[in-house]
Amino acid sequence: MLSSSVVRFTVNGKPVTATVEARMTLADCLRHELKLTGTHVGCEHGICGACTIIMDGAAVRSCLVFAMQAEQADIITVEGLAAADTLSPLQASFRKHHALQCGFCTPGILTTMHALLSEEPDASAERVREVLSGNICRCTGYVSIVEAVLDARTAYANKAAGGAAL
Amino acid sequence: MKAPPFEYIRPAQLQDAIAALAKHGPDAKAIAGGQSLVPMLAFRLTAPRFLVDIGRIPDLNRIIIADDAIRLGPLVRWRDIERSAPLQRAHPLLCEAVRHVAHYQIRNRGTVGGSLAHADPAAELPGIAVTCDATIVLESPRGQRSIAAREFFLAALSTALAPDELIVELSLPPWPPNRRWSFVEFARRSGDFALAGVAVFYDVGPNGQAINVRIGAIGIAPTPLRLTAVEAVLEGRTVTQSVIRATGTAACNSVDPADDIHAPGQYRRALFGVLTERAVAKAGGITLREDDA
Repeated sequence: MLSSSVVRFTVNGKPVTATVEARMTLADCLRHELKLTGTHVGCEHGICGACTIIMDGAAVRSCLVFAMQAEQADIITVEGLAAADTLSPLQASFRKHHALQCGFCTPGILTTMHALLSEEPDASAERVREVLSGNICRCTGYVSIVEAVLDARTAYANKAAGGAAL
Repeated sequence: MKAPPFEYIRPAQLQDAIAALAKHGPDAKAIAGGQSLVPMLAFRLTAPRFLVDIGRIPDLNRIIIADDAIRLGPLVRWRDIERSAPLQRAHPLLCEAVRHVAHYQIRNRGTVGGSLAHADPAAELPGIAVTCDATIVLESPRGQRSIAAREFFLAALSTALAPDELIVELSLPPWPPNRRWSFVEFARRSGDFALAGVAVFYDVGPNGQAINVRIGAIGIAPTPLRLTAVEAVLEGRTVTQSVIRATGTAACNSVDPADDIHAPGQYRRALFGVLTERAVAKAGGITLREDDA
């Protein structure tokens, strides 16, 4: 049996410590060790996008990162998008546009689009569709997701201009 | 779909990483972004006893644009290339090819060194490296050695990298400002590995003819290929509809893709011919007449 190691990083602003086997993915660490089950695991080989989290500002697939590689990283999961019980503007837009049905893919799409709009609040529909190609949704047909993301851009543009935190 | 057990080593310095690889030899594998290696582990297509994480080693993510070469460190991520305005000017073909790599989340983490070491037959960067006559710099306890990209890729997922060697640089020849170029690939789903792809570039001679023509292919053989027979069709000629068609025919005749689960070889060959026509037309700034194509 291989020994476990301690890894330390920040999740949604809180410092965390986990004892993991080297082979444990960040996705499994978040779900099983830190009990943050908002991050969903679909394909486990980097195709479906369901496990996307934000690592040091960039959207990445947490099934393709070992927990040990996250040492000292700043991680944001879907649980970190909303302030308390208030939906974030992106989440509220998903609700408004009915941008989900079963909801399995939604955490990965929300984190991906939050990272995208945080960096590119003026992302075009074409850009949103291109980035969304990394997330598989079998329910919606994507149209409502694109509409929700485009509608949420204003909030991110206001944030970029010095407005309220998202 | 869980990785097999391994010991994780995170060296702080390049010399420590090379020492770890030398110590464990074939039992060790370097990991950078992990975007190819982690799926390989998940599928248990590989099971190294030690993973040497080079992700924190300083200075391996540098992008150097000099008069004699464009040098990329092994930890340069696709995202870094996409977002580097100087690189868009210094090597537009590289930047365009990288835009086709996988998906946004993968491009945020996948690296130059990882793509070269993984050597997928359909990967974009190995194709650009071979087409452009790039040099790959490797470091081991024996020191540094440089190897031409065309000699680095040996077969699908197989390279000239020794177990104790680490890729420390990809060096691309400089790119003249008026060079014509294009990169075209086809994948069934956005972000998938391409069924086939082609890179074309040439300089413009005094009479408007194409000179120094380079044409490279991905996805149609176990390694990326430079297709000198197709280059010869275009060399010294101006890009016209008939020249475009001739390059497409030569492209079909130059490759012999095998059947696989994604496509029959004949389909892939025909696709490659069409992609070559489109790429040459695009490089030449000519609208391909579909009725003639």
